[in-house]
Amino acid sequence: MIDYTYYKPKDLTETFRLLEQHGRKAEIIAGGTDVMVVIKQSNRSPEILISLRGVEELRYIHKNHDYHIGALATHRMIEKSALMKNELTALNQGASQVGSVQVRNVATIGGNVCNAAPSADTASPLMILDAILVLKSSKSERQVPIEDFFVGPSETVKAWDEILTEIIIPEAMGGYGTAYCKHARRKAMNLPIIGVSVGLALEKDETIRDARIALTVVAPTPIRIREAEDFLRGKSLTDEILKEAGLIASSPECCSPRDSLRCEGWYREDMVRVLIPRVAKEAAMNARKKLKQTE
Amino acid sequence: MNKISVSFNLNGDPVAADVSMEWTLLKTLREIFELTGAKEGCGVGECGACTVIVDGDAVNACLYPIPEIEGKNVLTIEGVAKPDGSLHPIQKAFIENNGVQCGFCTSGMIMSAKALLEENPEPSEADIRTAISGNICRCTGYVQIIESIQEAT
Repeated sequence: MIDYTYYKPKDLTETFRLLEQHGRKAEIIAGGTDVMVVIKQSNRSPEILISLRGVEELRYIHKNHDYHIGALATHRMIEKSALMKNELTALNQGASQVGSVQVRNVATIGGNVCNAAPSADTASPLMILDAILVLKSSKSERQVPIEDFFVGPSETVKAWDEILTEIIIPEAMGGYGTAYCKHARRKAMNLPIIGVSVGLALEKDETIRDARIALTVVAPTPIRIREAEDFLRGKSLTDEILKEAGLIASSPECCSPRDSLRCEGWYREDMVRVLIPRVAKEAAMNARKKLKQTE
Repeated sequence: MNKISVSFNLNGDPVAADVSMEWTLLKTLREIFELTGAKEGCGVGECGACTVIVDGDAVNACLYPIPEIEGKNVLTIEGVAKPDGSLHPIQKAFIENNGVQCGFCTSGMIMSAKALLEENPEPSEADIRTAISGNICRCTGYVQIIESIQEAT
């Protein structure tokens, strides 16, 4: 049965007070495009919903050396932000491909991260951007690198009394060219078969100064592919080495895609191999643009 | 069942309602205000038949918890035509271009189109396709719908 009490705190202080009062009976809701769907499909609800939608202090995107994204920033805000588009391209691309316009208008990046779906569209961009998650409780505050945040499908290290308040992306990541590819059957209202993000920092002579690769839906959590990154670092950018990086990433040592309703594992593995060079080329194009801007 | 009183603007008029706390905006529109233009198709935000505009943004009314509507401005398909009954250019364009077949998706399509055109009066075909990507139509194949929206610009 669906029967809940819905609280609308106006600020974090009130939110923490409600969380402590209701403890594990309460669930946090933000845009509601995951929470409401689960409630409706299961026909069961938690006793208490605490909505963050009125906590406006968490709804922002700005740059102050580092990039600061409030947990309540909607996917639509990230989609429309020129700062995100130009400087953190992969994240802008990921946010722009979540659900539909109606979903993106309310769904928040904090919700996408905390829901911890192995397929989350913002997860692999945030991984290559070295995102740091700020988790606050009434008593403490800690910063967790996104790579340490996901434990398994729908499982994170966030404690029940903690709230994700902000995502910080280090200033240096603005210098990388990045790109995200959502490989899916349809362009909207669909989860990816796999998600691929690549970030490249290039020298003027096309030497790869640094490389970042992250994948979704090939493991229980989003993963970085360090073997392929290490392979690329220091080499000069050619089609052949990008191809090689795709082969390394699709090997069983790096990823373990399994069969699911959306597709079979062998196809996911194949697409890792095919898409990494493709996404890397787009990232390289964006990296060259950034080099030109700094000239 | 906990009750809640909400006040908001509905198609330009201030309204208030006492509803169960776990109701959605869609259920409130249909059952309290008897505005049945917004439909429940899938009920989980996939199909867009329930699309309405809240403070300028197209949203799925079926996923919108009613407590969140307090103080907001809601526009439904019933508020799109002028009070004298004359149709909005988007509505006219849908009629003239056969953008309507069975009609179930039409209210939501028009609300998505309206939200788009208000933000971007000269959208490209790609912009239009993105704007209606959360609205499923099982009749038209979308071509007439896209043509309707293009003509309304």
